[in-house]
Amino acid sequence: MKTAELIGNDPGWLITVKALLVFIFCVVLTLLSVWGERRLVGRMQQRPGPNRVGPFGLIQALADGVKLALKEDIIPAAADKVVFILAPIISATTCFMSFAVIPITGPVNLFGRQTAMQLTDLPIGVLYVLAIASVGVYGIILAGWSSGSTYPLLGGLRSSAQVISYEIAMGLSLVAVFIYAGSMSTSDIVAAQSNTWYAVVLFPSFVIYAISMVGETNRAPFDLAEAEGELVGGFHTEYSSLKFALFFLAEYVNIIAVSALATTLFLGGYHAPPFLGFTENWLGGWFTAIWFFSKVLVFFFVFVWLRGTLPRLRYDQFMQFGWKILIPVSIVWILVVATLRLLSLQSAPRIYVVGFASVVVLLVMLVNIGFDNAKNKKIKAIVDDSSAPSFAVPELPMNISSINVSAPKKGSDRG
Amino acid sequence: MAEIEAFKNNDRDLKKVEFTQVDQPGSVGFLGHAKGFWVTFSTIFKKPETVEYPEVKAPTQERFHGRHQLNRHPDGLEKCIGCELCAWACPADAIYVEGADNTEENRMSPGERYGKVYQINYLRCVFCGLCIEACPTRALTMTNEYELADDSREKLIFEKDDLLGPLRAGMLMPPHPMYPDMNDTNYYKGEVTQAHPSQDVNK
Repeated sequence: MKTAELIGNDPGWLITVKALLVFIFCVVLTLLSVWGERRLVGRMQQRPGPNRVGPFGLIQALADGVKLALKEDIIPAAADKVVFILAPIISATTCFMSFAVIPITGPVNLFGRQTAMQLTDLPIGVLYVLAIASVGVYGIILAGWSSGSTYPLLGGLRSSAQVISYEIAMGLSLVAVFIYAGSMSTSDIVAAQSNTWYAVVLFPSFVIYAISMVGETNRAPFDLAEAEGELVGGFHTEYSSLKFALFFLAEYVNIIAVSALATTLFLGGYHAPPFLGFTENWLGGWFTAIWFFSKVLVFFFVFVWLRGTLPRLRYDQFMQFGWKILIPVSIVWILVVATLRLLSLQSAPRIYVVGFASVVVLLVMLVNIGFDNAKNKKIKAIVDDSSAPSFAVPELPMNISSINVSAPKKGSDRG
Repeated sequence: MAEIEAFKNNDRDLKKVEFTQVDQPGSVGFLGHAKGFWVTFSTIFKKPETVEYPEVKAPTQERFHGRHQLNRHPDGLEKCIGCELCAWACPADAIYVEGADNTEENRMSPGERYGKVYQINYLRCVFCGLCIEACPTRALTMTNEYELADDSREKLIFEKDDLLGPLRAGMLMPPHPMYPDMNDTNYYKGEVTQAHPSQDVNK
């Protein structure tokens, strides 16, 4: 039975319970992941990280949350009040909403009813997630705009440009998955991966998605929207108390949401890794949730690892990377995937498929060689031209007749 | 002083300056990037350098500049002679000294004078140690104690009682007379090694 049919018969109370579970799961996971991230980054920098509140500092994030809630809630005089209050609410609600279509377990028994841990199964589930993510960006942009201050505005602008650029690459990377799964429903995509994960079959798509999901969540090294060194706090500079906490919550729930989506689309969702399929029936099917969480946590670890390793990109480099590399590469890749898929669907002879693939590989190699040559030429041109600088050089101070150091001026520093 | 001569125009011909090709940082290739990730990953398994301060107190360097101490001679008399040189040396104006005359009934230090009032204001002190260099009798030295935080300004002005070193074995609490047949020079040269029974006036 398909998941859509399975959960289609859920009574209202069961849906409520599931919604509550998703909410609790997101909040608890946020608290734990804030702690986990700070501990991990700490260890990467050879320091222990938060370890004072509770055992191993586990409730540090909770303590911070309580502290934030007790702080004074300031709304700047120059702020647009309604939008200023609305922005964090938009951010925090949308990030939870994308979890509605993520399948967390296979068929399980919940309070005596056969169901699956998935709130709803839309036929266009993944598109829904993308749409919700785009709405979530309004939170950031509106927060930046309504603060009535420079740095938040800059942060908001940056993030809008960033998310627009990287959402295209993200959407394109998902197209290959749709083509292979023949569906946009998350549960169908998971089911289609029961043999091989799409991370293997569609490796380039996976890489592009992995890169653009970091850009999408405003995380290091793509955290230009809240670049501390450049924009103070970015879009949330003017926010305090619970409103700031909402942004904080939204950021981490977003990380978990994109990780969950990546797990669903590329790592086989709640299915066990290869050769461990027998574990899927343990605990009456609930064991699949553990597989799901461990895959999400792997992504989360990579997020933290990136943050601990890479410096922030320069804004123009970031944009160039998105528009000039990620998007063209995904378009070419989609063409290749679509052709291969069509060939196999029409049961073309194997020789055609292999031939097409070899031609593509050859073309890629040729393009690569071309790029290398151009690069070498450029370097050579610089070396040849190095006898005299072609750029403007400021005049050296050679025409000063004399510099008297013996009698410093009255009132100068040392006088 | 001689005047510095300016460069003549032809001394520094730009065309003669050689431009050399320098390896640009950043072109590290794939393995170079992987190396960076390996650094952070492997550091996870290293022991953190952090000293868990309130629980673990790492010893300071031997000559760390900590709280001051007013020392005593081996028989318990104070070394401070109330000369105020420390106060004069202090760049932060953190030390206040009032000297007074020693009398036969009330002798706090060998010689003529002793420090009657001695205050160090730890809100001003910069722990530079110039007072220690200025002290002619080694009365003032610094300990390694660094936990000096407190919650009021008054508590951070240390009086003589707070600064005086403890009475060690063989020392007697002043005021008491000097060691028999010794003068301040003998004290200064370290010829008094412990209190004489006759000095114990409270017995």
